Amino acid sequence: MSFSLFAAQASFPLLPLLIAIPVLAAIVLLATPAKYTKYVALFGALASGALSFYMLVQFDPAMGTMQFEESYELLPALGLSWSFGVDGISLFLVVLTGILFPITLVATKPSHDPKSYHMFIMLLMTGAMGAFLSKDLLLFFLFFEIVLVPMYFLIGGWGHGDRVYAAMKFFLYTMAASALMLVGIVSLAVLAQEDTGEKITFDVVELAENHNVSGTAATLIFLSFALAFMVKVPVFPVHTWLPNAHTEAPTAGSVILAGVMLKLGTYGFLRFGLYLFPNAMRDLAPIFLTLGVAGIVYGAAVATMQRDLKRLVAYSSVAHMGFIVLGIFAFNSQGLQGSVLQMVNHGISTGALFILVGWIYERRHTRQISQLGGLQKSAPVMAAIFTLVMLSSVGLPGLNGFPGEFLILLGGFSSARWWTVIAVTGVILAALYLLWAYQRVFHGPAEGENAEMEDVKPTEFLAIAPLLVLIVFMGVYPKPVLDRIEPSVDVLIDHVENKSDGDFKESEPKQLERVGTSGLIDAAEKAHKKHKEEKESHGSGDSESSEGEHS
Amino acid sequence: MSTLLVQSEAEILEALAQGAVPEEVSSGYDWFLLMPFLILAVGAILLLTFTSLFRVLQTRNVPAVITAVTAASSFASLFFVWRRVDNLGGAELILSGSFQVDAFTLFVTGVLCAAVFFAALSLAAYTSEQHIAMVEWYVLLLISAAGGVLLVSAQDLILLFIGLEVLSIAVYVLAAMHPRRETSREASFKYFILGGLASAIFLYGIALTYGATGSLSLAGIAEAGVNPAGLSPQVNASMILVAMGLLLAGFAFKVSAVPFHFWAPDVYEGSPTPVVAYMASGVKVAAFAAMARVFIAGFGNYVADWQPVLAGLAIASLIIGSLLALGQSNVKRMLAYSSIVHAGFLLLSVHSLAFKAVNGSKTDTSLDRGSSLTDFSDVRSFLFYLAAYTVMVSGTFGVLSLLAKGDDGMHSLADYQGIAKQKPFLAGLLAVLLFAQSGVPFTVGFWSKFQVIWSAARNESYLLAGLAMLAAVVAAVLYLRVVVSMYLKGPAETVSITERHAEKKRNVSSSARAMGLTAVTLSVAATIVWGVAPNLGDSILDAAAQALTIL
Repeated sequence: MSFSLFAAQASFPLLPLLIAIPVLAAIVLLATPAKYTKYVALFGALASGALSFYMLVQFDPAMGTMQFEESYELLPALGLSWSFGVDGISLFLVVLTGILFPITLVATKPSHDPKSYHMFIMLLMTGAMGAFLSKDLLLFFLFFEIVLVPMYFLIGGWGHGDRVYAAMKFFLYTMAASALMLVGIVSLAVLAQEDTGEKITFDVVELAENHNVSGTAATLIFLSFALAFMVKVPVFPVHTWLPNAHTEAPTAGSVILAGVMLKLGTYGFLRFGLYLFPNAMRDLAPIFLTLGVAGIVYGAAVATMQRDLKRLVAYSSVAHMGFIVLGIFAFNSQGLQGSVLQMVNHGISTGALFILVGWIYERRHTRQISQLGGLQKSAPVMAAIFTLVMLSSVGLPGLNGFPGEFLILLGGFSSARWWTVIAVTGVILAALYLLWAYQRVFHGPAEGENAEMEDVKPTEFLAIAPLLVLIVFMGVYPKPVLDRIEPSVDVLIDHVENKSDGDFKESEPKQLERVGTSGLIDAAEKAHKKHKEEKESHGSGDSESSEGEHS
Repeated sequence: MSTLLVQSEAEILEALAQGAVPEEVSSGYDWFLLMPFLILAVGAILLLTFTSLFRVLQTRNVPAVITAVTAASSFASLFFVWRRVDNLGGAELILSGSFQVDAFTLFVTGVLCAAVFFAALSLAAYTSEQHIAMVEWYVLLLISAAGGVLLVSAQDLILLFIGLEVLSIAVYVLAAMHPRRETSREASFKYFILGGLASAIFLYGIALTYGATGSLSLAGIAEAGVNPAGLSPQVNASMILVAMGLLLAGFAFKVSAVPFHFWAPDVYEGSPTPVVAYMASGVKVAAFAAMARVFIAGFGNYVADWQPVLAGLAIASLIIGSLLALGQSNVKRMLAYSSIVHAGFLLLSVHSLAFKAVNGSKTDTSLDRGSSLTDFSDVRSFLFYLAAYTVMVSGTFGVLSLLAKGDDGMHSLADYQGIAKQKPFLAGLLAVLLFAQSGVPFTVGFWSKFQVIWSAARNESYLLAGLAMLAAVVAAVLYLRVVVSMYLKGPAETVSITERHAEKKRNVSSSARAMGLTAVTLSVAATIVWGVAPNLGDSILDAAAQALTIL
């Protein structure tokens, strides 16, 4: 298969295939006997995942703009098209999707009805791929919305405890938040068209380049977008659906929710918030910085108090996603790169954590920390894996959690100093709650069932091994990843500078200053310049600097 | 009325005798253009005659098949008629200028035919299952549809009223057709009394219109508005306002817009389910199309007067419809409220039809016939919604009639519990249709909502658009509750084993059931195919939309 791919490179519709393969798998699943559905789904996920790797290999790291662009007419009368493209910001999220889905399929199994379970997972994969690959604002919205349906069924059908309530809450929260986004999208397209007088379009690049929507209209439209993204991320205080959904969801649901779907929100902020409404986003930044930091501290504090292991991981997600929000609203190269990197890393670490928690639950039928203990003795391999994953989630230098968080804090410190100072406490709290949870679950004397718990099976180890490799690799050597992210972030920042108000024209390239919002920012400008020089060398110096920080 | 019918019958025979070759008709009318109407009306009469003469025709599914074929051939004739009208310049007035044939009326006629087609197939399964198969169902259905064609094609308020009554009276009778259900008769009675009141109000509106403008034809009404010199201005202004108000009330009753909606939940709950399918699709579609036609073509000069009223009706329908749905526990009642929300969307669409005339350059200039009052793409969204709504609602009630247990009285949420296990195929279809109605992407329901929002945004009714989307979210709760009952809850205790045995014992003709299944499968297929490729049928929609634009 791969040979023919290389041969037909020029006209090969790579991105549409990434999206279409899971749908086709779902359709094939309809006619597959229940026994074999897992293999069909796995084949679909692997095929799509392999293509995403192929895309990664073929991706031109020097280019910051969209690559592999494809476009087909969808509703020409309204200027809609199926148009796809990928750049450094979405590249690794697509690859992450391609990795996490096959792993999830191998690592978990449905409690009943395997056929519909696998179909919903395949539809989820379609939605996630589609959302990350869409170059069209409305097309993004379509995929952004459609993932709700399979996830709703996964939580409601295969979840635990109060699953129906959790599924309902998840669906309605997200749908209510994105309802106004549709009005915002349409308003933006209509206003932009009235400006330019050309054909109406939803193409995000064309919109970003040409629209002159500003002032109150821009702020309102941005807010309609922001609400949808905030709920999806989720940003404090609209995060309340997440603990329910995560805790009651089946393992596969939690992994995909944390690993891929939460990223839709932060990705949306970058691609459709910052790209389309730089001014509105800048004006409202203090609000979002405050909410992001509040999420970091709140999520960490609440996670510390959890008695349910899965709920603890869920709240840790709230905290980690707060870091990503902080990085985005730092408005500089380090912050944005860190955010993109952290999105990928959070997907890997938290995905792995949820898989581990799922295995423990499968064996012990409880997630209460108080009922677990001493698992280290009965399941040493699992304890080792858990240690590694947990440390990566804590942000230990040398593992993948560190570079992203570090870049975010670096960027945040220069442009939003006090927020960052508070955010750092989140790093400390993360160490507290995760290490404490590990200690309570794995250390101590093993009694009763805890002493007889089965260790990780070979297939399970094979499933999680790729994630462990990535955790170490991206911690030690994040350069190849950052090399591909950076050009796109630079393009985004250049664009933002061009589209910003007059004052911004004069600013230095590659960094966004936020003149006049507060005296703080002015003071941070000097720090900016210093960090800019640092940034130029950080490609090679990153791993060293992490070592330095460690010591 | 009777003379008119007799006359047309005579002419029909003549037309049929001459092989319906229009050139050879010497009466001065182009009878061929009446073909879609004639097929439905004559089909009804022939069906009644022949099944009365040869009782063998009443057995099995013959009447249903004849009805479906009649609807299909009426549908097919539309294309020939359109080809001829297109050659003649796009719009033809026949029957002394009271019957208009253009792409708009032909399109709506097509939608009506589709509604009849779906309803007839669902009726076949339903009546066979309930052992109440009678030919009258189908005769009334066809007569009602013929009335609908008159209603949408009328250029003259008298013919319009005749159409409205023919359409309605047949449905009043249909509502009472279930012989074993008290509620069926009660529903019919309520519908009849309230409908009669609405008709009287409507008729009074016609009388006042005549008094104010001295004309009954839409063209005449419009002309009187352009040049009111001949009339006493005072009388004209106030009388025309009252007249418009009364006409709008009459229409609002038919489309169950708040505050004229009180009949809907009771009638939907009591009436036989396939009849509700037609009531919710065909009757509403015809009434909405006529409403748009009358207010755009006839009262276009007074757009500033009727438009705010429409906005008020839309807001009330959206808010009250979605909120009241929350308290319901009967699926048919819930869907009645959902159809009220849909009516809100459609009213918003009609509202958007003429906004440009107020805000645009044409504010107080000509508004004479020839200049376009409406914008082409707004009409397009309106028509798209009508067609999409028909497909979804016919399918939904089609599934409900296949699920009807007992004497069609078991439609509470508790009765739907566990259906996913017992009837997975039907449950799947219903779930798709419900999600489509709630506006999930990649279903036709999304595109219909999207286009209405788009039209509203283009006409700067951003608040209305936002409100509509929020109402859609609230309405999503009701669809989700049905899905939860079907999928996420086990079978209710109340469904006893004897009940299920009774279900099995019923001697249901399998061919009848197959017909019902065909109808719902078709509608689901259309929902998804049209949802993935919303540009299907673009040229037809464009032509139809153009017809109302060039009035």
